[in-house]
Amino acid sequence: MALWAQLDDVCVRYGPKIVMQNLTLDVVEGAITCIIGLSGAGKSTILRLLNGLKKPDTGRVFVRGNDITDMRERDLIDLRRTIGFAFQFSALFDSLTIGENVALPLREHTKMPDAEIRKLVSETLESVGLAHVEDRYPSELSGGMVKRAGFARAVVTNPQAVLYDEPTTGLDPIITHVLTDTIVKLRRRLNGTAVVVSHDLESIFQMADYIAMLFEGAIVAYGTVDEIKRSPNPIVQQFLQGSEVGPIPI
Amino acid sequence: MKVFDEVGQGTINAFAYAGGIAELLADAMRYIAALRIRVRETLDQSYLLGVQSVSIVILTSLFTGMVFSLESAVQAVEYGVGNLVGGAVAFTTARELGPMLSAVVVAGRTGAAIAAELGSMVVTEQIEALQSLGLSPTRMLVVPRLLALVIMLPLLTILADVVSIIGGMLVAGAYAHISQESFIASARSALPFGDVLKGLFKSAVFGVIIAMIGSYQGLQTRGGAAGVGKATTGAVVTSIILIFMFNFALSYILYGGH
Repeated sequence: MALWAQLDDVCVRYGPKIVMQNLTLDVVEGAITCIIGLSGAGKSTILRLLNGLKKPDTGRVFVRGNDITDMRERDLIDLRRTIGFAFQFSALFDSLTIGENVALPLREHTKMPDAEIRKLVSETLESVGLAHVEDRYPSELSGGMVKRAGFARAVVTNPQAVLYDEPTTGLDPIITHVLTDTIVKLRRRLNGTAVVVSHDLESIFQMADYIAMLFEGAIVAYGTVDEIKRSPNPIVQQFLQGSEVGPIPI
Repeated sequence: MKVFDEVGQGTINAFAYAGGIAELLADAMRYIAALRIRVRETLDQSYLLGVQSVSIVILTSLFTGMVFSLESAVQAVEYGVGNLVGGAVAFTTARELGPMLSAVVVAGRTGAAIAAELGSMVVTEQIEALQSLGLSPTRMLVVPRLLALVIMLPLLTILADVVSIIGGMLVAGAYAHISQESFIASARSALPFGDVLKGLFKSAVFGVIIAMIGSYQGLQTRGGAAGVGKATTGAVVTSIILIFMFNFALSYILYGGH
């Protein structure tokens, strides 16, 4: 199995708090890897390590075999152009329309003619189930639509990988299903890699090729959906069952 | 010992702050030197930060010129030097009051706006979104605001100078019966054109201070809405203090005590 990225013996601290300790994780190329874990466990930090928004205190981060740990900001900017990032609250620029938001990376990174950009933006929005919203502002859309617009912005440049931070949190079951389906379709369309951070188990079981469970700063379980479901690890089982009784302190 | 610890920590923080500003300014200058400028955004910011400050600059400079003239004109006529009032008002306005007043007003209005906007973008992950799209927040956000203020603040200062002198002239005429011709002649003879340019240079420096402090405070925002409030207040207070400090230093250098 070819690897898209690798975290090797990574430690991360926020002030005195240790978020990751000797964490090692492989992200398989061309697959959907889902990272699960308790709130505040550091799942989103893994995504930020993968696109260089966060540097580890110790350990190395590799993307497509390149060590990005000490990469200069200028080189990281080039790397990030190849990685889409869908933020938890979408992080759309509220002063721009949806069309302008999605078009921004194209306008800044390519010399595409305006008509072509408009066409591509329109097609990308349609591919995530959003048609005719180009002229509307983020504040005029529902939560699910804003999430999908964030997906569209993340994938409009055809990145080799897309990172999704809590893509279904706080949404109703129907929209959750639509978004999960969208992530699977986008991965197929881009023929790339996806890393999804979430604790929405139903949606994870539906889309994941691999699942990694983060607990107390380390990956305590890794495998396919079936392997994780059958894991003998009591931490994994307590998390999957949502039980108050077990090794995870409440 | 605790006092020494606090003084030491305060000194470290001050140097870290100055270093952060210098680094951000150097980054912005690199984009400006490479002409990687977003013209449309710079024009938008010039309108928002500059043109929308016109009314407040007119009002403050008008009344400052009027009160300056009110305090000086009557006494000047009593002492028989009424013909010097125009010169005194123009001289003080172009060298000190115009640049300082417009800078303080703009720091209060737009310095706060810059810090609040960028701070809100930090807490809503929009800054990280820019970075994740391979775009530099310095180029996208800081450079347009920096250029807008460096261009617009001197223009606002010209406006402040003119309005303040007109206000002074009106009051001098109404209360001390100094004719407009005498006021203007006095202003012309007392104020070398070079001094006007030096005042405008100071304005451009103040523009850099307001843009950089507002941007840096905004980009350093931590901790949600409370953090945005703190960044906004910090931006205004720090900008105004630095404007006063730099004004003294620049006046000393440019006018050399003359």
